[in-house]
Amino acid sequence: MKTNFNDEIVKKFAIATVLWGIIGMLVGVFIAAEMAWPLLNLDVPWLTFSRLRPLHTNAVIFAFGGNALIGTSLYVVYRTCKADLFLPKLASFVFWGYQLVIVGAVLTLPFGYTQSREYAELIWPIDIFLTIVWVSYAIVFFGTITKRKEKHIFVANWFYAAFIITIALLHIVNNLQIPVNWHLSYSVYPGAVDAIVQWWYGHNAVGFFLTAGFLGMMYYFIPMQAGRPVYSYRLSIVHFWALISSYMWAGPHHLHYTSLPDWTQSLGMVFSLILLAPSWGGMINGIMTLSGAWHKLRDDPIIKFLIVSLSFYGMSTFEGPMMAIKTVNALSHYTDWTIGHVHSGALGWVALITIGSLYVLIPKLWKKEAMYSTKLINTHFWIATLGIVLYIASMWIAGVMQGLMWRDINADGTVVYSFAETVKATYPYYIARFIGGTLFLAGMCIMLYNFIMTVKSKGDAKDIAGVAA
Amino acid sequence: MSKHAKIEKNIGLMGILIALVVSMGGLVEIVPLMFQTSVIEAHPNLKPYTALELAGRDIYISEGCYNCHSQQIRPFVDETLRYGHYSQANEFVYDHPFQWGSKRTGPDLHRVGGKYTDEWHEYHLMDPRSVVPESNMPGYPWFAEKLVDAEQTAAGMKVQAKWFGVPYTQEQLDSAQADVDGKTQLEAVIAYLQVLGTAIPRSYK
Repeated sequence: MKTNFNDEIVKKFAIATVLWGIIGMLVGVFIAAEMAWPLLNLDVPWLTFSRLRPLHTNAVIFAFGGNALIGTSLYVVYRTCKADLFLPKLASFVFWGYQLVIVGAVLTLPFGYTQSREYAELIWPIDIFLTIVWVSYAIVFFGTITKRKEKHIFVANWFYAAFIITIALLHIVNNLQIPVNWHLSYSVYPGAVDAIVQWWYGHNAVGFFLTAGFLGMMYYFIPMQAGRPVYSYRLSIVHFWALISSYMWAGPHHLHYTSLPDWTQSLGMVFSLILLAPSWGGMINGIMTLSGAWHKLRDDPIIKFLIVSLSFYGMSTFEGPMMAIKTVNALSHYTDWTIGHVHSGALGWVALITIGSLYVLIPKLWKKEAMYSTKLINTHFWIATLGIVLYIASMWIAGVMQGLMWRDINADGTVVYSFAETVKATYPYYIARFIGGTLFLAGMCIMLYNFIMTVKSKGDAKDIAGVAA
Repeated sequence: MSKHAKIEKNIGLMGILIALVVSMGGLVEIVPLMFQTSVIEAHPNLKPYTALELAGRDIYISEGCYNCHSQQIRPFVDETLRYGHYSQANEFVYDHPFQWGSKRTGPDLHRVGGKYTDEWHEYHLMDPRSVVPESNMPGYPWFAEKLVDAEQTAAGMKVQAKWFGVPYTQEQLDSAQADVDGKTQLEAVIAYLQVLGTAIPRSYK
């Protein structure tokens, strides 16, 4: 059988997504255990929580999420443009170069080589190499669009395009550093300016990596699996432009009540509240695509993943603006509530939409009728959902508890609790969170098994060219 | 909506429009701060980190302490009671990069300087639960054995002086390497912790 390069490169990204996902989440489960049982740090430098936490965040965001985004974007762009990928060799370089960046992260972060910028910890030589890989990716993606045989650019590609352009901008501005030696460098921005640059980056890594990119995925795979067109074309246009323009203003809500000037904080809060509208626009557009075919939600576990991911997206994009209100933030900031919020987005939205899309994609790429076991997809769905609920509920309770204990004042004007007492009260929730994370990881392992069995299974589909969007 | 068709058919136009709308937020919220006096002018009592303190700071960054400790006291009663005077932007102008953090798995450290003795820190860093039984902080016993990278510290100070205008004297730059040579990471980290937030007295009324 003639191999199709376009599919071959996407296959590689699909495999990388699942493998890095398992590794990243395994590190997450381990550091969750360290928080509950600190002896697990074992006094070994590279096993220590503070060094592994950045490895966890980088692995799940950029290795799991990144491979899913690049892989699906290449699939979507060549399918919807009805054109082969532009410069196949460069596309191969994007794959291997991106894996090299991730291996670079694994070889540096646990050994104390870091910039200490959250979600941008990678040291300057890796940052420069990542820039080259990213520009190559942009050339492949936009080059394919210019070769398209369709006049209109499909809506999923708008979101992928915004994701690629904005991540390039964020990455470069946030990583302006002066090197001291091969691994150490200092940020060019002083104190408070550095803080706002970093959180402008940090918030929009969420906005464009973890949101716009995955909305691109949503706009292709939900209509395809549901066998129905996108609910509202007009809504796509409005929420696209509203989302990408307002997201970039919301960063200061990460710095409420800090030394950042008040005017910046207030501006950030206002835009965070505005952001609710375009976020829900996307959720409504995705969920309503199922309008008239609701029975699929009962019959098809893949649809369950896709639609429940949008429910989590709607929930966390409601929670986010709420936590950006200064008075709420006064309680929630610095607590585990933030961790719960992040994971309702990261596990509930990002991981579930990725998993659902992979279950659609895997049989198509390997030319099979369907996944090896639909039953296992269903098992995966329930174990993952249970894991998420346990995770976020425990962190909500822990966070609100910490916030309330910290601010409790005695009648004589002294604090009621020492900090250590609030740590002690949190242990049970750290254990519950560890269990939730373990369940989610178990689901990923079920997926890997199902993936392998699908690839190994006989019964190739004759031609499942897929629903052209 | 028919006008939008024009953008949908032209990837160059779409790309430019995307780049334009995503640039606005940063331009309005970040650039003015680079010129706002309260943000960029140092507090009169603020001194640049000494060689040993800077070496300690580099270790603090390298170990990822910011993952669990903030350095930013908010202007709330409970925070000023627990941690001291709220933080001000002019105390951080020599911080490249900033270390404000985003999570308090452990307490805020902005004004930890002078709060405990060096000896307390030594015990605490070697084995946190020996002094705070409830703590879930990892131990950092290797601090006592490993030495500071003196060459790196001296080079780092030069970068800070040359590129960021941190007011080091020529004497400080010249003696930097000798100042930290042979010092342990433990001595450096404790020196850094002990200077944190000392530009303003902790007590707040």
